[in-house]
Amino acid sequence: MKDTQTIKKQANNTQKTMRISGSEAIIHCLLAEGVDILYGYPGGAIMPVYDELYKFRDKIHHVLTRHEQGAAHAAQGYARISGKVGVAMATSGPGATNLITGIADAQIDSTPLVCITGQVASHLLGSDAFQETDIVGISTPVTKWNCQVTKASQIPEAIAKAFYIAKSGRPGPVLVDITKDAQLEEFDFKYEKCTGVRSYNPIPDTDTEAVKEAAKLINAAKKPMIVWGQGVILGKAEAELKAVIEKAGIPSAWTILGASAVPTSHPLNVGMVGMHGNYAPNVLTNQCDVLIAIGMRFDDRVTGSLNTYAKQAKVIHFEIDPAEIDKNVKTEIAVLGNSKDSLSQLLPLLETNSHDAWLQEFKDLYAIEFEKVIKEDLTPSKEGLTMGEVIKQINIETKGNAAIVSDVGQHQMIACRYADFNISKSNITSGGLGTMGFALPAAIGAKMAAPEREVVAIIGDGGFQMNIQELGTIFQQKTPVKIVVLNNEFLGMVRQWQQLFFDKRYASTEMTNPNFVAIAEGYYIKARKVVKREELADAVKEMIESKESYFLEVCVEKEGNVFPMIPTGASVSEVRLC
Amino acid sequence: MNQDIQSFTISIYTENNIGLLNRISAIFQRRHINIESLTTSQSEIDGVNRFVIVVNICEEQAIKIVKQIEKQVETIRAFYHTEDDTIFTESSMFKIKSELLFDEPQIQNLIKESYARIVTVNKEFFVLEKSGRRNEIEALRKELTKFGIMQFVRSGRIAVTKDEMKVTEVLHAFNNKY
Repeated sequence: MKDTQTIKKQANNTQKTMRISGSEAIIHCLLAEGVDILYGYPGGAIMPVYDELYKFRDKIHHVLTRHEQGAAHAAQGYARISGKVGVAMATSGPGATNLITGIADAQIDSTPLVCITGQVASHLLGSDAFQETDIVGISTPVTKWNCQVTKASQIPEAIAKAFYIAKSGRPGPVLVDITKDAQLEEFDFKYEKCTGVRSYNPIPDTDTEAVKEAAKLINAAKKPMIVWGQGVILGKAEAELKAVIEKAGIPSAWTILGASAVPTSHPLNVGMVGMHGNYAPNVLTNQCDVLIAIGMRFDDRVTGSLNTYAKQAKVIHFEIDPAEIDKNVKTEIAVLGNSKDSLSQLLPLLETNSHDAWLQEFKDLYAIEFEKVIKEDLTPSKEGLTMGEVIKQINIETKGNAAIVSDVGQHQMIACRYADFNISKSNITSGGLGTMGFALPAAIGAKMAAPEREVVAIIGDGGFQMNIQELGTIFQQKTPVKIVVLNNEFLGMVRQWQQLFFDKRYASTEMTNPNFVAIAEGYYIKARKVVKREELADAVKEMIESKESYFLEVCVEKEGNVFPMIPTGASVSEVRLC
Repeated sequence: MNQDIQSFTISIYTENNIGLLNRISAIFQRRHINIESLTTSQSEIDGVNRFVIVVNICEEQAIKIVKQIEKQVETIRAFYHTEDDTIFTESSMFKIKSELLFDEPQIQNLIKESYARIVTVNKEFFVLEKSGRRNEIEALRKELTKFGIMQFVRSGRIAVTKDEMKVTEVLHAFNNKY
């Protein structure tokens, strides 16, 4: 790396250099970046850094997870609820490769992460040394940036650049691989924060003309509709979005990662779009005249068949990443830039408006969805417990103020559909990658980053067993997360597809489960199992009132399905209610 | 937009850092696109590298790929061009037995007619260098094959564009901003 490529900020002009080891320098870099918690797992090639972590344990809290994947997801949970950079650390070889799923998840969900991996000594690189793996090569396609450091003197610049790149522009994961000899080598340390990389333009300038054009189109629209995504949360533009929605009176829907940016209860919040989203916003995507996409990327789970997606509409795309413009859906007007800046510029140009008749169409379709789906999900007439009524009970007890960390599958869709969100950054889930096993470790990170918040993990019986070992982390750290396992003894979403599209051939989706309560109790976590409806309210109340971590297993209907549903390849307007 | 598959030259100005070649080639690999040729060298700006990549894709793919390449932190700018937008050439070398130079007088004519250049001659072999369009190099190779080629190698395409690239402006803009 050459100095000419990076712009560095002198943190303190009077700062003198100190002669320290590379590993001690890593700790000083982390402290300078404001890191107070990191997640990781020690091993041979990272031991010098752990030795320094021991010395600095009063300043920086290292959380020993039970698997490196857990460390990566915990760092993600930390980042998603706080907006800060999550930090994960692992040793070389298997330690580093175990981070990969979390890194890939962070890449596709734009989560700022700095991963530091130990590497064999530089003279052993390429020799198939013990626990040597080419983690820079392996992580390249799933990182925003990565690099390998073989000299102690390169450490400060690499870490400064890593933090800057991870959190700026469209955030993402970065990985810094540091050889063991670089960790041990002594050098004159000085830290300067990175404020720019000459080949990297994190935030494109907002085009004022494009904003004007967008405002003109929105002001003239008869049936405008907003679909916002996580870009609003990452851009801290929640207030600006709310102001735009309210001034122009536009029915507004959200993608799964956009959830919670505007409260669920807002009268113009018309629900979630996508495969298991709400009926009205999906159907009316194909009837609106102007579709305003804000900080979202037209994922295939949102659009269904592109050939029939919003063809009648003029599309305005507010987006920070130029590569997203026209990637999946052709736009009439693209407004590049940070959502906060562009929406602030848009607001004064909008005319005060209301679209009552158009909004009524959303309400009418909601009434249909309510009758056919929601009523039975939330107040079931059948004996078996539904996932929906569990979420409803959690809403009642937390008053919609909890952060919901969901895993992947049916319970995730139900949680996102029915959870009440009053506060932004409250829906923490693996959206793009769909990583089972995400929720338990992510909930740990979320609770540590926001100890004042109630953090409830909603997990299926399949996903729970993918990172079940993190119960050990919860026990050791005494992290008061609430864990709800919705147990249908199936890999429910795959089973639903097998039922609908594979003639009920339930290939490898039925699960014979262990005694989950006994496992949780084995980790000294208070645990309870609910089988009957009568016990549910009391159990959820007890869980939320608990000051400590609490495990709640709810045995739900085995073959319950999630509707509405847009079958793969179908149009959003072909969303099925049963 | 033209959906026909055609040959595009993708020019990329980058930092000269380890691993960047891997990062750029991964963008093509992920989309199941074969790279026809790839050359990397110093560019007209000190410390800035230039990639010239040739791929057969449609224009829509070219646009999207250029955006994905530009998105990489260490990419300064990326462009795509059709053959008409560029002036391009390839370079090739032929290693041939020296005796043929004397036994087969036709070879001397071939060298002259094709504007190939003799780089070196010794007792065992001589080396020919030929730059030009692919079809010119191919024509020469075809002819020389008749006599026997000991070794043949051809470089990837190198190209300059007819229009300005304005990369220096990007770097200036950065320097003024910070």
